[in-house]
Amino acid sequence: MNDATGMPQRVVVLGAASDLARSLLGALAKRRLEAVLLCGRDEDRLAPIVEELRVAGVAEVHSAHFDATETGSHDALAASAKALLGSIDLVVVAAGVLGTASLDELDAAVVGEQLTTNFTGPAAAMTAFSKVLRDQGYGRILVYSSVAGLRVRRSNFVYGAAKAGLDGFSQGLGDVLHGSGVSVVIVRPGFVTTKMTAGRDKAPLSATPQEVTAAILRGLETGASVVTVPKVLSPLFFALGFLPRAVWRKLPF
Amino acid sequence: MGRVDPSPLGSAAAVLSGWGRAAASRGELSRPASTVALAEMVQEFAANGERLIARGLGRSYGDAAQGGGQKVLDMTGLDAVLEFDPATGVLRAEAGLSIDALLRSCVPAGWFVPVTPGTRQVTLGGAVAADVHGKNHHRDGSFGQHVRALSLCTPSGVVRLGRVEREALFWSTVGGMGLTGVVSEVEVQLTPIESAYLRVDTDRAVNLEAAMAMLAEGDDRYRYSVAWIDCLSSGSSFGRSVLTRGAHAVAGELEGKLAAKPLAYAPRAPAKIPFAPPVTPLNSLSARLLNELWYRKAPRHKEGEIQTIGTFFHPLDGVGSWNLLYGPRGFTQYQLVVPFGAEDTIRAVIETLQQRHLPSFLGVLKRFGAADPAPLSFPRPGWTLALDLPLGRPGLPEALDALDALVLEAGGRVYLAKDGRLSPVLMEAMYPRLAEWRRVATSADPDGVFSSDLATRLHLRPTERDGPR
Repeated sequence: MNDATGMPQRVVVLGAASDLARSLLGALAKRRLEAVLLCGRDEDRLAPIVEELRVAGVAEVHSAHFDATETGSHDALAASAKALLGSIDLVVVAAGVLGTASLDELDAAVVGEQLTTNFTGPAAAMTAFSKVLRDQGYGRILVYSSVAGLRVRRSNFVYGAAKAGLDGFSQGLGDVLHGSGVSVVIVRPGFVTTKMTAGRDKAPLSATPQEVTAAILRGLETGASVVTVPKVLSPLFFALGFLPRAVWRKLPF
Repeated sequence: MGRVDPSPLGSAAAVLSGWGRAAASRGELSRPASTVALAEMVQEFAANGERLIARGLGRSYGDAAQGGGQKVLDMTGLDAVLEFDPATGVLRAEAGLSIDALLRSCVPAGWFVPVTPGTRQVTLGGAVAADVHGKNHHRDGSFGQHVRALSLCTPSGVVRLGRVEREALFWSTVGGMGLTGVVSEVEVQLTPIESAYLRVDTDRAVNLEAAMAMLAEGDDRYRYSVAWIDCLSSGSSFGRSVLTRGAHAVAGELEGKLAAKPLAYAPRAPAKIPFAPPVTPLNSLSARLLNELWYRKAPRHKEGEIQTIGTFFHPLDGVGSWNLLYGPRGFTQYQLVVPFGAEDTIRAVIETLQQRHLPSFLGVLKRFGAADPAPLSFPRPGWTLALDLPLGRPGLPEALDALDALVLEAGGRVYLAKDGRLSPVLMEAMYPRLAEWRRVATSADPDGVFSSDLATRLHLRPTERDGPR
């Protein structure tokens, strides 16, 4: 169950190898986490996280294969996750790749794959899990969106467009689920220093995975539906929405 | 209670939460109209592999009377008085009868409930399931000690439980949080009274030591005793309190109009908070103000004041749905008991909250008397402290975990009817007779039909761990 302070006991993570998910699990393990199902494309990469969580005292740690692009398998995964864990208090959707925004490197197939990994796949999986949670009568779906989706910029436009889609989908799903006991939490980080962004120039107002995790925990405690980290990005991106295109496209990040 | 969508099957989906309004879940609410219908429902749901829990007036603060994806039985339709003997004060009633309704019919006849919590909006079934206590615990014990017999709906039929008859299941149902079956009838011994009034002494205690000394020294002289404690004051006035102690007034102690009609009892329906304000007005500043005012308005020492039942026992009923004042995030109540000798733990608990800037709006301090034989009953001899805390403040979950550690170290425990955030490990540690209770519950309900969000969260029924039924 999620307790009165918003802390979950039994959690499913999609894209569990991500630095953000790993950091979040570490923090939840210090609270009420007792069982987790780690899902990822490459189960070998999950092994160290399984070990880490066992050491942290999480009684049940399972892992399973999950590929966001294999949308046909998502319903079955959601059903088997429910059977395995009994109760699913929180589903963390962390699958995603940064990809490229260079037209020279992009072609139709690459764009299709990036959008599936970052938008279509996660949205399909969220749909599958939202039905399981709705029947259960409680639970939260936490999805890593990005401020990159608030106004898409040229330096990561494919990624940004996918996050814009995922963000909009998550808002709509949250509204559809209103009154079902289930809610959606949208996390919108700015630039986070992780292995996904390694080698890229740091954008201004960047955050560490630990900072993102701390903000999420506060969000879970307060029942927030949107968590923006750092907080200042929320009013900033609101203001940036009014910038003329001619100025927007010249911005250095 | 949240949205209710009607369905043709006589049940309705409803998003339910406890009085603290946190951690809501959606279940299927059914409202049996008779005890026969109730028994049929329990058997039918059990046969269909459903899980279920009874719900009364929803005054448990946490997740005890709700169950996500399962059946929830609204018991408030079963509120008939079945038998009442005005000569002996023995009353048999359906379990959905509220203490409020009971008092309205029994007080004019010269009888009072043996135990009442701080609100009269609780059902008899809920009072049994939580084994509630009141201001007279140091003298009269908890509610279960006054129950003569119970009827319990189980998947295999209705069983009658008494102090001798099926004694183990009786005491596992008392304090069993509804997880041994659905209590359908309660037979309870009422307390004789000569008037509907209390003779009350009020005393201010300048600090925690003084309050504890006055309670310890004076409790024997009073049937009812409690201290309201200001958890925000510091320094030499740390833990300053207002003690209110009293007894039922005898007819000769009343004057004027009251003497003419000593048993007249007609509590007013309270004014209601119409909706939850988007931002709670209850913050650190208003907490300090409220606590200051409460302390200042109390007389230093006043003897023999005549108070009504409502004023003395049920101050929380003065305003309806006051829980909405805590806003959309809701609140939790942390109620602990530690043995006598662990007075320092009470101090440490209040200090911990002060150091972490977590304001408590309402603090209540009391001495408990002897425990009853129920394995999951909360009261045990010692000091109990109850604190109302708004949810969502930074550091609250960690602070409450720190309080758990203090309480456990002192050999104490927290109250399940108030809890919304204890961990399963600490549940086992704080309630050493949990295994014994589980054995009895499992023998009465081998398939784990009775479940709730509380039971799932704290692994009260071990079958919960094996996943859904």
